[in-house]
Amino acid sequence: MTTLEIKNLHVSVDTPEGTKQILKGVDLTIRSGETHAIMGPNGSGKSTLAYSVAGHPKYTITDGEVLLDGENVLEMSVDERAKAGLFLAMQYPVEVPGVSVSNFLRTAKTAIDGEAPKLRTWVKEVKGSMENLRMDASFAERNVNEGFSGGEKKRHEILQMELLQPKIAILDETDSGLDVDALRIVSEGVNRVKDNTGLGVMLITHYTRILRYIKPDFVHVFVNGRVAEQGGPELAERLEAEGYDRFLVEA
Amino acid sequence: MTTTDHSQATADAAHTDGVVVPQGSRGERFTSFDVDAFEQPGPRDEDYRFSALRDLAPVLDEAAAPADGASVEVTAPQGVVVGELAQGEAPRGTVLVPEDRIAAIASAGTERATHVAIPADAQLTDPIRVAITGRERSRSHLVIEAGTHSEATVILEHRGTGAHAGNVEVIMGDGSQLKVVSLQQWDDDAVHAGTHHARVGRDATYKHVAVSLGGKAVRLAVTAEYGGTGGSAELLGLYYSDAGQHLEHRTFIDHNAPQCHSNVAYKGALAGKTARTVWIGDVLIRAAAEGTDTYELNRNLVLTDGARADSVPNLEIETGEIEGAGHASATGRFDDEQMFYLRSRGIPEDRARKLVVRGFFADLIQQIGVPEVEAGLMQEIDKELEHFSEEPA
Repeated sequence: MTTLEIKNLHVSVDTPEGTKQILKGVDLTIRSGETHAIMGPNGSGKSTLAYSVAGHPKYTITDGEVLLDGENVLEMSVDERAKAGLFLAMQYPVEVPGVSVSNFLRTAKTAIDGEAPKLRTWVKEVKGSMENLRMDASFAERNVNEGFSGGEKKRHEILQMELLQPKIAILDETDSGLDVDALRIVSEGVNRVKDNTGLGVMLITHYTRILRYIKPDFVHVFVNGRVAEQGGPELAERLEAEGYDRFLVEA
Repeated sequence: MTTTDHSQATADAAHTDGVVVPQGSRGERFTSFDVDAFEQPGPRDEDYRFSALRDLAPVLDEAAAPADGASVEVTAPQGVVVGELAQGEAPRGTVLVPEDRIAAIASAGTERATHVAIPADAQLTDPIRVAITGRERSRSHLVIEAGTHSEATVILEHRGTGAHAGNVEVIMGDGSQLKVVSLQQWDDDAVHAGTHHARVGRDATYKHVAVSLGGKAVRLAVTAEYGGTGGSAELLGLYYSDAGQHLEHRTFIDHNAPQCHSNVAYKGALAGKTARTVWIGDVLIRAAAEGTDTYELNRNLVLTDGARADSVPNLEIETGEIEGAGHASATGRFDDEQMFYLRSRGIPEDRARKLVVRGFFADLIQQIGVPEVEAGLMQEIDKELEHFSEEPA
């Protein structure tokens, strides 16, 4: 059982116009097996939350704590966070020219586990996971995210999540830019990993669409850098009907 | 990040780019075997203003340094004829007529040039190796003759110390295929300058690969012209400059014949406060060179603050009847987003940096086409990067 605790998290970012406070006290606890949907309008700080927890150097933590099973995540380097069991599926995965997907996956797996995976089982695992995500075998020889379509990039993110077996995954707008077929395949992938490993999920999304495929246990509405309201799946249904206007007026 | 990419430059008279305004056409340069016909260059001279002039002094000063020649050892498969050529003894000097003082010094300072002749129709599977070892002040001149329809690979291994002025003169027969790989594996204090010039025969295919990792200062002019129609020249380069290193490559493709092809691709990485690299890429398409297809590219990856990469492509076009002419030049900083992406997958910083830099060079290395060189290079680059982690920015 793993617990990710985010306590009173304040985050700022340096812009040409000066320092801007984006997160203004976020409290959130995610346990193994739970799926938390973080919903909110553009610019509310959802992605900042994701990247801050993953350790992107652009963001400065000005106050608060992030604990993974009691360990201080904020003191860890980016790769240490991944080794501790955190995973961030990015909204815009980065191209790495000249590095093949298979080399990348093997290198990451070796780094996370502290030893190289056994070749035979590893090859089988990768192949199986790629098949599940309807990815062609030739994918493994392509350069990381280079020339990938939007859907391919997202499937590649979920492929990594399945193979690296994190404890807590943050999915940053994994649904954006996907057609219905791709959305279903990606969602199936997330559900499969949840079922197999008891993954805890922070599902960041702008739309309710993905929640038809990945059922949230909790829904948090994010407005202006903090959680404005939370509840169960019924909250998502209400958002679907009413939109975010109610919160924006209050903010 | 600065980028130019005119993939289809139009043929409206001369087309130049960057900060350099050439003095007349690149094709009208003065040539001579007489060292004194070339003045001592100064920092304002166009051809030397990016150069490490202070380091290059020993290869620019003939009088102060009577050279006794470098040690040049040739290991060649059976059938290859290895000999010597005196000053003025053909074919020496028939293709390479010095265009600058350093080339003139290398030529004049080498009494007996090394001559490597690949017989017509020979198909060599093993490479010819030429080990050039420098000491104090040394000069060399190597003449490589590729017979008609021959196929061969020549690997030049530059090692040692001191200041070396070395020329390589490549004379290709019709339909021949030749790869010349020049490895600059000098000691840290070595200085190396010279000209590698080729005449690519009718329907011949030439590939020159410059790999500059070692040495304090390297200044190589890698140039090619054509001896007939249908020739193809490919100039590839890879360099990695650490603190205190100044690596300069000046390429020139003289499209003087119709229906010829050329491709220039140089890639370099820089790490360390005083790391310097220079790439000047000249291409001239003469009026006679109809049907020319040419492309040149330079990419630099700046790994730390303070390093400086100069990249100047120059394209002169004297005819509109061409297939294509383009160039691309980009110098970019090490990409923090790539690093974050890799590290967010658990890959530690030094390993992630290696992946990115290996990836940067990968496509170029794959184009070399000499498996043993390709394999060794990846290891060499890894070694450079280990060095890097010892001296952070």
